[in-house]
Amino acid sequence: MIPLPPTAPPGVACADALACDVACFPTPDGYVDLVRAWREDGFELCADLCGVDYLGHPGRDLPEGVVATRFEVVVNLLSLERRQRVRVRVQAGDREPRVASLFGVYPGTEAMEREAFDLVGILFDGHPDLTRILMPEDWEGHPLRKDYAVGRVPVQFKEAPGPR
Amino acid sequence: MSDVTPETTVRVAERVERLTAETSEGPQGLLERRATELNELGREVGAVLRGTGLALDPRDVDVERSDDETMIINMGPAHPSTHGVLRLMLELDGEYVLRTKPVIGYLHTGMEKTGETLSYVQGATNVTRMDYLSPISNELGFCTAVETLLGVELPPRAVWIRMMMAELNRVASHLVWMATNGMDLGSTSMMIYGFRERELILAFFEKTTGLRMNTNYVRPGGVAADLPDGWEDDVTVICDTILERTDEYDELLTGQPIFRGRMEGVAPISAEEAMALGVTGPILRSTGVAWDLRRTMPYLAYDQVDFDVIVGTYGDNFDRFAVRLNEIRESIRIVRQCVERMPRGDYRVQDAKVTPPPRARIDESMEALIHHFKLFTEGFQVPAGEVYTAIESPRGELGCYLVSDGSPHPFRMHVRAPSFVNLQAVPLMMRGGMVSDAITVISSVDPIMGEVDR
Repeated sequence: MIPLPPTAPPGVACADALACDVACFPTPDGYVDLVRAWREDGFELCADLCGVDYLGHPGRDLPEGVVATRFEVVVNLLSLERRQRVRVRVQAGDREPRVASLFGVYPGTEAMEREAFDLVGILFDGHPDLTRILMPEDWEGHPLRKDYAVGRVPVQFKEAPGPR
Repeated sequence: MSDVTPETTVRVAERVERLTAETSEGPQGLLERRATELNELGREVGAVLRGTGLALDPRDVDVERSDDETMIINMGPAHPSTHGVLRLMLELDGEYVLRTKPVIGYLHTGMEKTGETLSYVQGATNVTRMDYLSPISNELGFCTAVETLLGVELPPRAVWIRMMMAELNRVASHLVWMATNGMDLGSTSMMIYGFRERELILAFFEKTTGLRMNTNYVRPGGVAADLPDGWEDDVTVICDTILERTDEYDELLTGQPIFRGRMEGVAPISAEEAMALGVTGPILRSTGVAWDLRRTMPYLAYDQVDFDVIVGTYGDNFDRFAVRLNEIRESIRIVRQCVERMPRGDYRVQDAKVTPPPRARIDESMEALIHHFKLFTEGFQVPAGEVYTAIESPRGELGCYLVSDGSPHPFRMHVRAPSFVNLQAVPLMMRGGMVSDAITVISSVDPIMGEVDR
């Protein structure tokens, strides 16, 4: 397990994770600061960012002090120089999930955050262009949420009368 | 213009509005400058943050520029035989591109959602359809994640079969890229050659897996079937033929003045910019960063085979072409070593909980019948947890983030599609270029829309 970077904000819990070197759980306030600290520590590439809806999950393993919320944002960082991976998991909230955008740290998260907003409905403060990216502009709901049924709308074309 | 009657003006305005409403993607598309926020504008002109600050500050963007001087046009969605249903909205000043915004989602089929309703056994059938040019890589990415959660150790033959198939697939994928890239530049002979050679590999896939594409060959716990009799000869013929043909492509394209003129120095990207945007694969390597997961974070048995990581220097179109062309040769090298060193033994784990029993056993053993039935109706259970694994697909880092709740279905399956992320570099590459170069830029990014939209 690799140690936290020296400039990491307080209140970050860490745990072992499968197939990466460390998983850390910042508070929503310290989220961007922690990612920035990792970046300064040599993690120059943000490999992946996605949102997870934990509604109906029987319970996940979280380190002590981390309050589980329904939505979680998972960021996978990669260091080319050190050949290591770290995972940042931030609890985004229950009703209206909202975290700060990583656009200022890694501009490459722009599309990934748009996808997380589009499919899971997580809001990113400070994102330059938070619009739907995969679904049509007038789509209702966020398909990857657990309370969004599969096949609720069979096929939707722009002009066709839908069941809604 | 006193002779224009008020009615005419109103009618024209109405028509423009209707046309806009019918074709617009709303805020997803490229909007006029006055309707766009500063940060978004910066994104569209390809501003990229660097360690110290901005390479191009959005505040430098000329917001005051009148919309009358520029023109917003749509490129695509083009015919699927070129680069899928990618639609680019460009703002042009004459021939020059000022802003770019890729509009995607036309091929969105909700595969991540579908993946949550399928069991782990069925999962590979789903992910193989994402990047339809390299199905083996997709299956491999998914199965690696499942196996990491399961804690399954693969038999050596399964590992080497997977590696050989993945490399053959990389060759096939790069050949299609060479073909489509040739077609974009007007070289229809390259187009035909690329698809012709790829057919050799697809024929071998059909012989081995039963399908040319969407093979569903790599499955959790190993591969679906052993290699067919006489596979060594087939693979050797493929290697010999394609290696010889790559020299022909070299002759046809590399030294050709028109090709070089269209490719050299066009749309360069620096290593810092590529890393800030999360770009991986041949595009990152073309900037001079020797980052190849097969070498730097080895999976399967890539640490036991001999191959070179190809890097470029300038990160322009030509380097991206050269990297891919030479990666074909390196993949052939790996495939040859696989043929030589293919271990004997099982092609999948002999764990009845994960892989089905051999067909013959079902007739004689009640237990085997139960295992078979359980596996294909319910599937196997995977310990609760979450995992992110990544492999090197022909387009870059293909990651799979799996969350399991202990049931036979993934709780959440997210695929980090390399071309989805690579596509973000397009505004940067386009900036200041000509419209005619836009075609080669799309081509050299090599986006596979099935994977971008998932």
